Amino acid sequence: MALPSEAAPDAPAPRVALVTGAARGIGLATARALAEAGFVVWMSGRSAEALAAAAADIPGARPLAFDVADPAAVRGAFGEIQKGSKRLDVLVNNAGVMRGAPIEMASAELIETTLATNLTGVLLCCQYATRLMARGGGGSIINVTSIIGRVGVAGQSAYAASKAGVIGATLALAKELAGRQIRVNAVAPGIIETDLIAGLPADKRAATLAAVGMGRIGAPEDVAPLIAFLASDSARYITGQVIGVDGGLVM
Amino acid sequence: MKALNEIFAEALMIDIGRVTDDLTYNSIPEWDSVAHMALIAELEGVYDIMLDTDDIIAMSTPAIARDILTKYGVAL
Repeated sequence: MALPSEAAPDAPAPRVALVTGAARGIGLATARALAEAGFVVWMSGRSAEALAAAAADIPGARPLAFDVADPAAVRGAFGEIQKGSKRLDVLVNNAGVMRGAPIEMASAELIETTLATNLTGVLLCCQYATRLMARGGGGSIINVTSIIGRVGVAGQSAYAASKAGVIGATLALAKELAGRQIRVNAVAPGIIETDLIAGLPADKRAATLAAVGMGRIGAPEDVAPLIAFLASDSARYITGQVIGVDGGLVM
Repeated sequence: MKALNEIFAEALMIDIGRVTDDLTYNSIPEWDSVAHMALIAELEGVYDIMLDTDDIIAMSTPAIARDILTKYGVAL
């Protein structure tokens, strides 16, 4: 099978996706799923080394190291995509940080860093992606939010605020961009086995697991197929939706 | 490569004779926010650049557009 970047000259140009936070977890699983669906996938993250390793076994993947919280870096990254692919069909805003603290102990730095990466970064990437997508006649944006942005959790006020903000942005952008054939949806994972929960104490982990109706913690591969579906033409009439992937988690 | 005035005229769907250096954003019905984004898309496509959001907001006349594009290495 030809790789996306090796298509025959008369074949239609392969569709192009950008996945942020793609070095591991949900982002990596999503990059893999999109590559399997035939996309050329730009994989972004802050560490060039981690990205190179993650992209090594994904056909046609293009690592692109930048920090979504840095506006100049975001512009530079989309400039690279403009020059390298001339188009963008799908954006998956997955990059995120999660640092817990009781509200009395949440430093201004913790709050600002969380909002900058999880919310401002999403808006900045949407801003640039929209311009590339509009030129191509449309596209699909999938924002990875969290069940915590819908129902909250103690000790995660900044994270919850950032993820609730992503839901608000998703709904607003779906309305704003529908006329340009750009769909905007969000997926809201529950407890997924990623670095974000790696540091969870054993007792909290057990309590969390007990609240999951399906009796297991989710895997990144439980979330990626939904994102790939929303990226595909099969979801062409779906926009402005927030879809949970949580195994029946009740928080 | 298309001339800058030609790009303005096509994006704003106005006669090229109306594209003067002091033509200003929102001063004519044809140059509203939707047309502005069409203009930006055309400029970015033709010159193969990605403009900073602040520059998009600042690009309120063809003269200012010329200055901004020069900053991106576009030879006009």
